[in-house]
Amino acid sequence: MNMNEIIKITNLTKSFGNIIACSSITLEVYPGEIVGIVGESGSGKTTLLKCASGLYKPDSGEVFFRSDDNYVQNICNISEPDLRQLMRTDWSFIHQNPRDGLRMNISAGGNIGEKLMAIGNRHYGNIREAAAAWLEKVEIDSSRIDELPSNFSGGMQQRLQIARCLITEPKLIYMDEPTGGLDVSVQAKILDLIKKLVEELNIAAVIVTHDLGVVRLLADRVLVMKDGHIVEQGITDQVLDDPHHAYTQLLVSSIIQV
Amino acid sequence: MDELKYNFAYLDEQTKKTIRRAILKGLSIPGYQVPFSSREMPMPYGWGTGGIQVTSSCIKQDDTLKVIDQGSDDTTNAVSIRNFFKRVTNVQTTEDTNKATIIQTRHRIPEIPLVEKQILVYQVPTPEPFRFLEPSEFETRKIHALKEYGIMHLKLYEDISKNGHISTSYNYPVLVDDNYISAPSPIPKFDNPKMNNNPAIQLFGAGREQRIYAIPPYTKVISLDFEDYPFEATKANAVCQLCGATDSYLDEIIIDNAGGRMFVCSDTNYCHNNLLKKIYNP
Ligand SMILES: Nc1ncnc2c1ncn2[C@@H]1O[C@H](COP(=O)(O)OP(=O)(O)OP(=O)(O)O)[C@@H](O)[C@H]1O
Ligand SMILES: [Mg+2]
Repeated sequence: MNMNEIIKITNLTKSFGNIIACSSITLEVYPGEIVGIVGESGSGKTTLLKCASGLYKPDSGEVFFRSDDNYVQNICNISEPDLRQLMRTDWSFIHQNPRDGLRMNISAGGNIGEKLMAIGNRHYGNIREAAAAWLEKVEIDSSRIDELPSNFSGGMQQRLQIARCLITEPKLIYMDEPTGGLDVSVQAKILDLIKKLVEELNIAAVIVTHDLGVVRLLADRVLVMKDGHIVEQGITDQVLDDPHHAYTQLLVSSIIQV
Repeated sequence: MDELKYNFAYLDEQTKKTIRRAILKGLSIPGYQVPFSSREMPMPYGWGTGGIQVTSSCIKQDDTLKVIDQGSDDTTNAVSIRNFFKRVTNVQTTEDTNKATIIQTRHRIPEIPLVEKQILVYQVPTPEPFRFLEPSEFETRKIHALKEYGIMHLKLYEDISKNGHISTSYNYPVLVDDNYISAPSPIPKFDNPKMNNNPAIQLFGAGREQRIYAIPPYTKVISLDFEDYPFEATKANAVCQLCGATDSYLDEIIIDNAGGRMFVCSDTNYCHNNLLKKIYNP
C-alpha cells in the first residue's frame, strides 16, 4: 500500500456501551505536520488518540501508520510485539500527567535513557551522554541527571517526559493535554519548547486540548470534535478566525481574542 | 524399616510425575519459568522447599546426594536437608563434589567444575528477575513474552550512576540461551560464569513462588552488562587462610571477640581437599 500520510484514520468508530465516543472519524496526518484536536469534555478526543495509538481497538474503521521505510501497518490488527516496537521507535505518547509517563523511582537520566536501552543500546557512556544532552535540550541543567523526578517541579517533570519521549527521534508524537496541569506561565514555556523541538526534528504531532490558545500557537491544522463527530476542520487560522460550524463559533467566541 | 512408611523421596509418584513434567518443559525452554503446584513440605517455605521438591522428583536409588548451603556441607540447613533425604530415600550422601550425582545448593556453585550426568539443584527464593522492578506478575510475564528486556539494563544503569560501577553482586541477572533473562538465585556473581556452557543439568526450584526453570547442559548463559562496564566475576581480593587457595570464592569470618577476621573458602569441600593434598603431597 502506498501512502504519503504518516497516519491515516478512516471511518473509525468506537463506542462504550451506548455511548458512541468516536463516530466515523476520518483523519490524515502528514510528516512534520501538527494537528490539533479540540472539543469539550467528553467529545471523544482522548478516545480518538488512544485508538490512533493502538491503546484501544476501534469497533470499526482502520488506522494505517507508515514507518520510515514506507512500510504501512494497520494499527487495528497489528500484533502486540509489533505495536510495542512502533511505540519504542516510531511514535511516542506524552501524557497529561508526567507521572503516567515517567518512572518515578528511576533517576532523570535513567528515564531519558530507557528507550535507548530498550532498542538495544549497550554503551553506558553513550546513553548517559545522550540523556545529558536531552536534559539541556529541554532546559534542565544536566547536573541534575541523577536526581529522581520527584525532586522536580511539575513543569520540569513534563520537560523530562518530553525528553524521554523524543530521545529516539520518533516520527510522530501524540499529546493529550500536555500542559493541562500546569500554571499559565509554565504552560507557555512548555508549549514553546514543544514547538521548537517538533520543528527542529520535523516530527508530526497530534495534540489534544480544550485550549484554543494552544491550538493557535502550535497547530497547522485543527479538528473540532463534538459528541464523537468531527464538526469542522481546516487550517488553524482559518477555522479560528472564520468558524463555520455553530459549535466552533461558540468555542471561539468564548475565549478572549489575542 | 518403619522409616520408610513415606513413599521414596517423600512425594507420591503422581506428584513427582507432574514435577518432572515441569522440569522437562523447563529444559526444553531454557530459562523459562514453568508454574507447578508446589506441595506442602515438612519444613517452612524459605528452607528450600522448591529445591527439595525438584530433588525428590529426580533422585533415584543409586544416586549420591550432596547438599550445600552457602558453599558449606555442614550448616544447619544443609545438614537437615541431607538428613531428610537420608530418611526418606536411604541413598548415599557425600560431601565430595566429584562423587555426587545430585547436588542441592543454596547460594553457591561448587568450585570444582561439574561434569555430565551431574544435576545441580538450586533453591530459589525469587524466581522472577524483574520482580524488584515490576511487582505485577501479569506485567512481568508480558516483559518475558515480548522480550522487553531494556529495563534490566535500566537497573544496571542506575547502579552505575549511583555507585560508579555495577554494584549488584548477588543474583546477578543472566541471559539464558540468548533468549530468556533469568535469576541465577542469590549466588555471588563470582559464580555466574560457571553457569555458562556447564556440562551438568541445572535445575531451579522456587517453592513459595511455585516456579521451576532449568538450564540444559552446554547452554550459553551470559551475565548482562554494558560494553564500557563489562561484567566482572569479583571476589574478595585475598587468599584462603586455611588452604591458601587464590581462585575460590571467600567468606570473611569473625574469629574472636576482638573482631579478628579471616578469609576462608566458602566451598568447604574444596578447601578440605586442598588441605588434604597439602598434607599428603607437601
Ligand atoms: N474506558 C471507557 N469506558 C467507558 N466509557 C468511556 C471510556 N473512555 C471514554 N468513555 C466515554 O466516551 C466519551 C468520550 O470520552 P473521552 O475521554 O474520549 O473524551 P475527551 O474528549 O477526551 O474528554 P476530556 O476533555 O474530558 O478529556 C465520554 O462520554 C466518556 O464517558
Ligand atoms: Mg480526554
